[in-house]
Amino acid sequence: MAKILMKGAEAIAEAAIEAGCQAYFGYPITPQNEVPEYFAKRMPKLGRTFLQAESELASINMVYGAASAGVRVMTSSSSPGIALMQEGISYLAASRLPCVIANFMRGGPGLGGIQPSQADYFQATRGGGNGDYYLVVYAPATLQEMCDLTKEAFDVAEQYRLPVMILADGTLGQMMEPVELGNYVPRTKADMTWAATGFQGGKPRSIINSLYIQPEELEERCLAMFDTYREIQAHEIRVEEFHVEGAQLIVGAYGTMARIVKSVIMQLDQAGGPKVGLVRPITLWPFPQEAFAKAAAQESVQAVLSVEMSMGQMVEDIRLAVNGRKPVSFFGRTGGMIPTAKEVREQILALCNGGKE
Amino acid sequence: MAKECRRPKALTDTPFHYCPGCTHGIVHRLVAEAIDHLGIREKTVGIAPVGCAVFAYNYFNTDMLEAAHGRAPAVATGMKRVRPDNIVFTYQGDGDLSSIGCAEITHAANRGENITVIFINNAVYGMTGGQMAPTTLLGQVTTTSPYGRDPKDSGYPLHMAELLATTRGAAYIERVSAHDVPHIRKAGQAIEKAFRYQMEGKGFSMIEVLSTCPTNWGMTPVQAMQWVKDEMVAQYPLGVYKDLGEKEA
Amino acid sequence: MAKVIFNHQACKGCGLCVSVCPKHIIALSHEELNEKGYAPAECTDEAACIVCGFCATICPDMAIEIIEE
Repeated sequence: MAKILMKGAEAIAEAAIEAGCQAYFGYPITPQNEVPEYFAKRMPKLGRTFLQAESELASINMVYGAASAGVRVMTSSSSPGIALMQEGISYLAASRLPCVIANFMRGGPGLGGIQPSQADYFQATRGGGNGDYYLVVYAPATLQEMCDLTKEAFDVAEQYRLPVMILADGTLGQMMEPVELGNYVPRTKADMTWAATGFQGGKPRSIINSLYIQPEELEERCLAMFDTYREIQAHEIRVEEFHVEGAQLIVGAYGTMARIVKSVIMQLDQAGGPKVGLVRPITLWPFPQEAFAKAAAQESVQAVLSVEMSMGQMVEDIRLAVNGRKPVSFFGRTGGMIPTAKEVREQILALCNGGKE
Repeated sequence: MAKECRRPKALTDTPFHYCPGCTHGIVHRLVAEAIDHLGIREKTVGIAPVGCAVFAYNYFNTDMLEAAHGRAPAVATGMKRVRPDNIVFTYQGDGDLSSIGCAEITHAANRGENITVIFINNAVYGMTGGQMAPTTLLGQVTTTSPYGRDPKDSGYPLHMAELLATTRGAAYIERVSAHDVPHIRKAGQAIEKAFRYQMEGKGFSMIEVLSTCPTNWGMTPVQAMQWVKDEMVAQYPLGVYKDLGEKEA
Repeated sequence: MAKVIFNHQACKGCGLCVSVCPKHIIALSHEELNEKGYAPAECTDEAACIVCGFCATICPDMAIEIIEE
């Protein structure tokens, strides 16, 4: 299929439709309004469900209802809206319901702003709501990758029975890029017999629930979830390594930020500057600890730098991964400000050779 | 002479955890009898609230979901939209439906979601120990209105049946009571009608059932029934607040 | 012939059936508590029962059933 030029917020919706998303529930919030708008146009024509909910709280609970029925379902929002959804996300995780949630992050905290940000990293990778749980969190850097990961997200959600988040920043929602669609190859169809669809077909009664009054039962339930998380950590970690071998400095960055870092690395390379490598997590949870640990352990590496559109969130995971082997520093802008290539270049050079080119 | 009265198939064998004399048990039976009578048990999905009926998934012998506090109508919407052939009902208390879930129930009604809502109004939060609810009567003493509900502080009893009847999407709204045998029988008929309307695709229906909480009201079960009759019915008049009937739907 | 059956173990002794019986032939048996520790309801005069079904209708725990014999 030929490449077509699409806006990110529309491309993700079309990718979801290709993956068989049967229902979308959402609530308007900038900068991702084109997602519900696109679904609103497309879904009725496909005989599928689009519904604008009365709030993000309602959206995520509609997702809970549709996911309970065993269909592919999605919602999207931006930071404050995702914050409002956290109650429902915790319930989805606890009730082991598959779904896909896209967050086009904007500046925060509070109402914040509408410019791109990566300041929801903690919220996304630490569960976000109450209790012991994780989501699988994908961090695409291009629209093509966002489309591919969205399709895979539905498979992963069903395979492991948990919510999967596409953690994109506002840039990825608003920019346009050529994408190729129509190439979805699903994983093996997951067992969906747990779904609540009535007794038809003589299946046993389904109860979708997250309440366990007996602490022994609740602990057992959590332990089973963590067995799944370990399985995910063993099989689903995704990371891109760029110019890592023999690098003097390792930079960690994801999403849009990784693209800027990558262009700086290429510029430095062409100019005969210091050798700098990029480790770009594609899954933020499970975090590619090994990739950072190995990259940093190289003798050539003097330091590690995390560059983020936040006050420094992923840097904590990088520090845990590097585990004191090398100094880890941070550079970032926040509130909707994006570190420029020039700023990133200055930071890199400062760490490599005292600021001299 | 009465007809046979046995445990409905739409209830499991699990004994209710409810306090002695609590009308939840009566309403559970009425819902289950309606499901049995309409022959829809195999395609019904129920949604339990947070509150005393949180364990409803242990009692209704249908597929069941447990929703977050107040969100049952949103969960029901998600389920019904993707499985329109299933019969979907929520069972919610007054804290759940009229306080924390006021937005979800209002918009589900206004959209005319083709679901059935069973609303238990007993004027208090039962599960958490008898705190004031939006439905608490003026002057009623609860653990969080120890000097009686004062409208200057806490507003007035919220009339959900009347409120939801103003939405154009609602097809059938009735308030019934479980305080004596004739009213229980009438409640059963209303509940069955609400399920039937869903089967016929008429849209949103809600049956508000005036109920007791003998434990938190500090009354015997018999006194509690009398209190519903004397005090609650006066505040919450019984009757049909909306019925689109056969032809308008 | 229909018959009213009291399931003593399912009873919570709430007394609602006692209050609605038009023949006043239901009482709580305080001599013999059930396994839950409640005084269960029982019919004191089966011959006087008209099987109106009021007790079964108001029982919150389905401890009273009406069966066809």
